Amino acid sequence: MWKIFKYSFFDLLRSRWTYFYFLFFMIVTAGLLHLSGQVAAAITSLLNIVVVLIPLISTLYGIVYFYNSSEFTELLLAQPVRRRSIFLGQYLGLFTSLAASFLLGILIPAIFLGHFEVRLWLDLLYLLGIGTLLTAIFTAIAFLIALRQTNRMKGFAVAILTWLFLAVLYDGLFIIFLLFFEDYPLEKFSLIATVLNPIDLSRTSLLLKLDMAALMGYTGAVFNKFFGTSMGMLISISALVLWVVGPLLSFLRVAARKDF
Amino acid sequence: MINIQHLHKSFGKLEVLKDVQLEILPGKVTAVLGPNGSGKTTLMKSILGMTLPDQGTIEVRGEPTRHAWNYRKHLSYVPQIAQFPSNLTVQELLQMIKEVRQEPANENPLIDRLSLQPFLDKKLGTLSGGTRQKVNLVLALMFDAPIVLMDEPTAGLDPVALLELKRLIQEMRKAGKCIVVTTHIMPLVEELADEIVFLLDGKVYFQGSLSELFSLTEKNTLEEAIAHFLTQRKDRTSVNA
Repeated sequence: MWKIFKYSFFDLLRSRWTYFYFLFFMIVTAGLLHLSGQVAAAITSLLNIVVVLIPLISTLYGIVYFYNSSEFTELLLAQPVRRRSIFLGQYLGLFTSLAASFLLGILIPAIFLGHFEVRLWLDLLYLLGIGTLLTAIFTAIAFLIALRQTNRMKGFAVAILTWLFLAVLYDGLFIIFLLFFEDYPLEKFSLIATVLNPIDLSRTSLLLKLDMAALMGYTGAVFNKFFGTSMGMLISISALVLWVVGPLLSFLRVAARKDF
Repeated sequence: MINIQHLHKSFGKLEVLKDVQLEILPGKVTAVLGPNGSGKTTLMKSILGMTLPDQGTIEVRGEPTRHAWNYRKHLSYVPQIAQFPSNLTVQELLQMIKEVRQEPANENPLIDRLSLQPFLDKKLGTLSGGTRQKVNLVLALMFDAPIVLMDEPTAGLDPVALLELKRLIQEMRKAGKCIVVTTHIMPLVEELADEIVFLLDGKVYFQGSLSELFSLTEKNTLEEAIAHFLTQRKDRTSVNA
């Protein structure tokens, strides 16, 4: 597995798109730190970019990478290696290169431009942690979609719709539901609904950490009330980890039974 | 060396292999022939464990292949379409497959014979189709596996490389390897094949030597013999209809 990881990672490290992604985060972070003047405000803006854009880019890049390497995957499948090692190696290769672009893209300008207090550094590191988890989650979801859909156009459509649903539509439906049933106790429902969407979950988790009661909205408030800040963060992080494990395991399970 | 019993495989409603029974022997070149969609590639991929059989068994050197992966160390495979990670160089790809297989490899004579030396430091994404096919051949043949499976190995090769490939196949046969080739190039089959397997509609329609094929069909060339099978099938389907 590590050998396949190593070479997938090297291959991606030389890809133009990895650099675009890295440069994008670097320019945005530098711009925000420079323009806003306030580090806390820059972190809040980054939060919004991270929770929406990382899922989109990880999904699209995951789909493209999986489809583009499908013939090479076949060559690997003909070697005396376990299927699991091949797919896990490729997954880790892509995850690591995306996560490295994002982490370095934010950290480099932050180190050079940000004059941070320790508390704000901790907030930023938490943001980086959540971004890394989102990368892991959406790369796994993209691989799962690509594996199940041999038709590339359909695969792309499903991937984009998945992102659109989780990043945009879900919140809309959620709010409509809350308004519709406002006379009923909705705490448990909204807790479950948040946990079921990794994007909402990471946003809530970050807002708890950044202690932004005003931006928390209903779910954030419920999370806070139910679990308190630290417990809320712990639970949201554990749920995000489950969101990595779930799609990844089902990807490996489908891969074990698939005909190539 | 490869023993296939009652192999069935469907993709959805499409039955690609129907009760295939085959014994493929060492020291011989076995050509698997058949029209497009007759199940040649599926048969190869089933031997490799890339496609999982619905029913039946495949044994490679006496080992059942179901749920196994280690038996693939006895196999070398030249796939039909060679597409590699575009940002790695030829040298890096060779190194990667060597590391993955963890077996001694002897790639240098093959690189010389296929004139790949100038391309070793080039990125795979920049190579032409024919050059990629040569890389594909080196990747498979640099290991000393006793069974070599080649799916359309001549695709995109120039005449010089094609000649070299024929020599390589003859040498491997002499070394006692079991070579299975699918191709649409009939002169290649006539020149090299010891055994013909003709697949039609997912069934083994014929297995035997070239001379047996000619005497069975009362034809003198492979093209005519195959055309004979295909017209026979057409007649039969029109009678059934």
